[in-house]
Amino acid sequence: MITEQIPVIQNEEVTEGIFRLTLRSKQIATGAVAGQFINVRVSDSPVPMLRRPFSISEKKGDTISILFNIVGVGTRILASKRKGDLLDVLGPLGNGFAPFLTDQKFELAVIVAGGMGVAPMPFLLSSLPRKTESIVLLGARTAGQLVKTGLDNLSIATDDGTEGARGNVVDLFRKRVAAFDPTKTKVFSCGPTRMMQALSAVAAKHSIPCFISLECDMACGIGLCQGCPVPAARGEKKYVLVCKDGPVFNSHSVYV
Amino acid sequence: MTESFSLRDVTFQNRVFTASGTFGYGDEVVDLVDVDRIGAVITKSLSLKPRDGNPPPRIVETPAGMLNSIGLANIGVKKFIDEKIPKLEHIGATILANIAASSVDEYCAVMDMLDSFEIIRGYEINVSCPNDRDGGLQFGPDPAKVAQITRQLRKRTAKPLIIKLTPNVTRVSEFALAAEAEGADAVSLINTLIGMAVDIHTRKPKLSTVTGGLSGPAIKPVALAKVYETFKAVKIPIIGIGGVSTWEDAIEFFLAGATAVQTGTANFVSPACAVNIAEGIAAYCKSKKIRDVAELVACWTHPPTSRWCKAGSESYCAMM
Repeated sequence: MITEQIPVIQNEEVTEGIFRLTLRSKQIATGAVAGQFINVRVSDSPVPMLRRPFSISEKKGDTISILFNIVGVGTRILASKRKGDLLDVLGPLGNGFAPFLTDQKFELAVIVAGGMGVAPMPFLLSSLPRKTESIVLLGARTAGQLVKTGLDNLSIATDDGTEGARGNVVDLFRKRVAAFDPTKTKVFSCGPTRMMQALSAVAAKHSIPCFISLECDMACGIGLCQGCPVPAARGEKKYVLVCKDGPVFNSHSVYV
Repeated sequence: MTESFSLRDVTFQNRVFTASGTFGYGDEVVDLVDVDRIGAVITKSLSLKPRDGNPPPRIVETPAGMLNSIGLANIGVKKFIDEKIPKLEHIGATILANIAASSVDEYCAVMDMLDSFEIIRGYEINVSCPNDRDGGLQFGPDPAKVAQITRQLRKRTAKPLIIKLTPNVTRVSEFALAAEAEGADAVSLINTLIGMAVDIHTRKPKLSTVTGGLSGPAIKPVALAKVYETFKAVKIPIIGIGGVSTWEDAIEFFLAGATAVQTGTANFVSPACAVNIAEGIAAYCKSKKIRDVAELVACWTHPPTSRWCKAGSESYCAMM
């Protein structure tokens, strides 16, 4: 975990309103594991004041990239960054998917991503243990919001049916779940809260381990502010922190 | 150039502290920050029993600031002693324990548990958390209660005792006077201002508790005015809190009457800001040929109150 000024290598609009920002930092890239995030200060001004957390989407050599859509003033500023601009970045932060990739052997990774929840998945795919099969179920509101870069074995669902199946990505999962061997499969997911709630329930019903990456407004990103709690389903603590205890959790350990 | 100052027999190497609740217990950020270069690290509020804190959402950003409703989430004083103190003994930071409680007895009980640990150099007493229904808030708005707490705690410790005050009262200086009269070594102000924010699309409050505490650069002018008001009323040192993000902010607080400052919300953005601000103050003093940061305290030219020095004169400032 470090904080430093790192240069923008590229900032491209990959599809309507969705950007991929590539940054160079040997230290962050070297230390990062899939599912971790960086906390980015988008400007020196007090408005917006807080850093913005983003999943690390890909890691290549000494560069990392993040994926974001414009939702407010912070991401609008971020979208305006150009090659050579310096960004104050704190990272890599949090616990990624890593512990869940090695704790129990599995042969099939089912990746379920909704909307911008696709962000950490290319990095996750490149981090899977060797010989692990993977399929990706990807959902978005409409075809124009799909970001498929770095993903293989894709099945797609869109809310408006403009690409793939009409409906949501949990429906895709539900249709195929019977074919997954619960002893050899792990589900990894990121997306809207309600999507992950539904997905976790389906996975639990079929006894398939399910790991979810949560999103939350944060201030510090490192556990200082206690601002990003999620109710804990296990252990003595009532809440766990998305930034420090997560952002990736076993779906049984939290109430999303 | 002298940066240090003392409360009782504790000398702080500089005048920039990290505010309670914004810097964990002191041990979390040692990878990122040279915590041994911070004037003092003030722990998250410690209560007798652990507290889970409030339900989410607990924070929301507002223009040049943020609202929080953490609810004094903390591990409790026992776990702090068992798990944190052994770590704090190795990080080289000057530690002040912040105590929150819902009764005078509870404040006393927490202090009694901590007082024998040498690593705890002093205390800041939270009588002013806006997010705690049965805690500090019931004391903060009553000067007699603040006096009572201060009196009981003063009896129990020879270490520096700082009372942290709320701005959510008509005259904060009355509370500072009450603390001073009962033997407090300093007062720190301001805690957060009560605020709220509403999502106009969902028509829901943006915090689970509806209202919360506003912090950040947005509150700096309010904090300066409260420090100024308090400086005119009391003789004990004032530790200024409220939107300190840069060394310029810190100097502004010194000029308004603060002996030291705390960084709070700024730690969330730049965990090392306290160290950087202390360096900035030192550089400013050197460039202005100021020999002691104390010379800046209340050293401005207006208004012409007797406790303020005349421009260029250092004699009154040295009193601080």
